[in-house]
Amino acid sequence: MKVLVAVKRTIDPNVKVRVKSDQTGVETANVKMAMNPFCEIAVEEAVRMKEAGSANEVVAVSAGADKAQETLRTALAMGADRAVHIVTEAELQPLAVARLLKVIADEEQPGLVIMGKQAIDDDSNQTGQMLAALLGWPQATFASEIEFKDGTADVTREIDGGLETLNVNLPAVVTTDLRLNEPRYASLPNIMKAKKKPIDRREADALGVDISPRLAIHKVEEPPKREAGIKVADVAELVAKLRDDAKVIG
Amino acid sequence: MVQTYSAPLRDMRFVLNELLDVGEIAALPGYEDATPDVIDAMIEEGAKLCENTLLPLNRPADEEGCHYENGVVRTPQGYKEAYKTFVDAGWTGVTLSPDYGGKGLPQLISMVFDEMVCSTNLAFGVYPLLTNGAAAVIELHAAEALKQAYLPRLGDGTWSGTMCLTEPHCGTDLGLIRTKAVPTDEGRYAISGTKIFISAGEHDLTENIVHLVLAKLPDAPPGVRGISLFLVPKRTLKEDGTAGPANGVSCGSIEEKMGIHGSATCVMHFDEAEGYLIGKPHKGLRCMFTMMNGARLGVGLQGLGLGETAYQSATAYAKDRRQGRGLKGAEEPEASADPIIVHPDVRRMLLNQRAINEGARALAYWTALQLDISRSHEDASVREDADELVQLMTPIIKAFFTDYGFEATNLAVQVHGGHGYIREHGMEQLVRDARISQIYEGANGIQALDLVGRKLPRRAGRYLRHFFHPAVAFIEENKDDPELADIVGPVGKALGKLQTATLVIAQRGLGDPEEAGAAASDYLRMFGLVAVGYMWCQMAKCARDKQNGDAFYDTKLKTARFYVQKVLPDSAGLFLKIMAGKGAVMAHGAEEF
Ligand SMILES: Cc1cc2nc3c(=O)[nH]c(=O)nc-3n(C[C@H](O)[C@H](O)[C@H](O)COP(=O)(O)OP(=O)(O)OC[C@H]3O[C@@H](n4cnc5c(N)ncnc54)[C@H](O)[C@@H]3O)c2cc1C
Repeated sequence: MKVLVAVKRTIDPNVKVRVKSDQTGVETANVKMAMNPFCEIAVEEAVRMKEAGSANEVVAVSAGADKAQETLRTALAMGADRAVHIVTEAELQPLAVARLLKVIADEEQPGLVIMGKQAIDDDSNQTGQMLAALLGWPQATFASEIEFKDGTADVTREIDGGLETLNVNLPAVVTTDLRLNEPRYASLPNIMKAKKKPIDRREADALGVDISPRLAIHKVEEPPKREAGIKVADVAELVAKLRDDAKVIG
Repeated sequence: MVQTYSAPLRDMRFVLNELLDVGEIAALPGYEDATPDVIDAMIEEGAKLCENTLLPLNRPADEEGCHYENGVVRTPQGYKEAYKTFVDAGWTGVTLSPDYGGKGLPQLISMVFDEMVCSTNLAFGVYPLLTNGAAAVIELHAAEALKQAYLPRLGDGTWSGTMCLTEPHCGTDLGLIRTKAVPTDEGRYAISGTKIFISAGEHDLTENIVHLVLAKLPDAPPGVRGISLFLVPKRTLKEDGTAGPANGVSCGSIEEKMGIHGSATCVMHFDEAEGYLIGKPHKGLRCMFTMMNGARLGVGLQGLGLGETAYQSATAYAKDRRQGRGLKGAEEPEASADPIIVHPDVRRMLLNQRAINEGARALAYWTALQLDISRSHEDASVREDADELVQLMTPIIKAFFTDYGFEATNLAVQVHGGHGYIREHGMEQLVRDARISQIYEGANGIQALDLVGRKLPRRAGRYLRHFFHPAVAFIEENKDDPELADIVGPVGKALGKLQTATLVIAQRGLGDPEEAGAAASDYLRMFGLVAVGYMWCQMAKCARDKQNGDAFYDTKLKTARFYVQKVLPDSAGLFLKIMAGKGAVMAHGAEEF
């Protein structure tokens, strides 16, 4: 089975993000970038599938500016076999990415598309779902365990109430949650090997899909500063405060 | 807030790609694959390992320390898992030749990585540091059969290494060694004696430990001319090359010590243990110097590494902690107090750390590049020149970096005030960990003697010229540049004084070696300040040429000015001390102390 893994370049999760002074977004100039942590988990899972024999080829794909190539190299160094870079300088929103990925999925015909449940920059949590819909494939989101048998996959999902296990037919789209695995560090020999693995450059404009933004961002601001807490005397006062001051209960 | 560290990748890249040309590496035979993009990817991946695996282990392992019970040593919780991660990520055998299962990568990559390891977990880093050193000695000096038998497993991290020099009565003065090596019938040696302070002498990270032991043969000439080097495994090898039965090596105890608690410092007993000669009889010290030279650079990086964590932690705290008001009025009037970073004295401390860290980083990577050139360049004379420069810089990097690294950790405590002195924030740990780097691998005073007594006179001052010539040429070329004059000028003056001091020490030392001995430490420090100053001149020029609105370059230039105005002038005081000669040092009779 061929596995397609979608990866995104985002601000490094350890970086403290700052809002741009004109409030149009967050500061990315001179900020350390890295592979989105959920995507790392997706790559790790795909590579483990290959190591376990349930996959025979892992193809990493990323849409974005030139630098996305570095993120693809990381995926290759973790063990992906080859990569597709959809090159565009345009701002990409989830629907646009899903459409681009669909083109690649149609070409590659993978048995599984695996990707992060969300990217830590915009936290949209939409691309995987949209891609599944566009492809007309089953989807299993927030995976914390995946098992393959007889052309289907048992995917354990993390949901609010606990765990849910879905059996999906393949091909399918799976999005990863944090507890699915712990991604490896790319090893030195594999970093060397990654350099020789092919990255296929595709111009987004040539893929024939509309990637223009559908959402407009009006303003980005820092979350309000947390105010100091207060001590309450008893439960009654707590309830009163929650109802009258915080207005979180009716 | 605890120890704060994120690998200074931007600064590292500036040094590697903008100040130096790391592309030179791939032009060296054997390193064709180590292109700048590959080096960059490796460093970035190494940074992740250090930040996410080694740093979280640093504080708890310091609290827990190593455990000793009946000859068995256990490392702190989490070390085994971290070691496995480290090995899986391929950070063992980095520079070892592929002929013996190594990765054959340049020293430069290894040194940049070492800096990050030292920043995030010095005690853990001791284990691979020694393994690498032992492997380097074996690769260069041991017989082929020993190389085949030991290098692949040292290279892949299955086994680890040590260096066993120190004995209870013998530290600096290795001529006093008593450990004996008696030839056996099979062409092997029975090694007997006790070594102390042996780092990684016994532990639970690897299934075998390969000790490199200095000992004396029965017919050994007295003193340092009679020392031989032996490979003594903890477990001798079976036919199939795997670790077999226990050899006569045991760990008697581990030391309770000031810092690096995660690193086991062991008393090692050798009781007719089976050993194999490395190199020629009585010439072991020379072989061991291979290990010590590499390890000295590695220990120098410990100073830099801790200095970086000290700076980052102190900076984070200084931006967060609010006390008092800016001297010219409140900077954040809406808050009850300003962050302490507004205070000139706090900035003085932070910038002292930073200016030396960044300058030292440039000096270290430049030296590492020379080290690779010295090993791999096609042209023998280029190799020789590079090697001589590395030899000159080695004691400076070891002693200057660790002295300032210690000062940097001390400043981090000061910036934290009382919160630095208590354990919680991890600042006092940095001080305790840093302190050893000034002592082991040859105490810093001994490094100074090496610089003055060996490196200065070598080949009629030829080693020195490898530094002075390019430095003088650079300063001549740039001193009239109006944008750089205030940086290059003072460094030029300090360099001139350093040359004067060099001549004076050489002249006085010729007639009276105590003159050289009395000046050595001040001279090494002065040399370090000037060498780092020379790096700052080059960095300033590079930053000026690249200025493009990117704040990084503007900040670089500001830090260059801080170095030149607030750190470099110390060299003037050192110059006076050197010129004053030995008189006041040697005037007291021992009974007057
Ligand atoms: C934590 C730790 C780990 C260590 N790991 C190892 C290891 O793995 N392997 C190993 O073999 N050793 C190891 N050592 C030993 C270490 O290398 C020695 O402690 C060091 O070389 C100094 O020797 P010493 O302690 O005997 O001091 P001494 O030699 O007694 O020196 C004491 C002081 O006198 C000065 N001095 C001595 N001789 C001279 C001289 N000729 N001229 C001027 N000044 C002089 C020194 O600079 C020093 O300040 C370790 C030590 C520690 C504490």
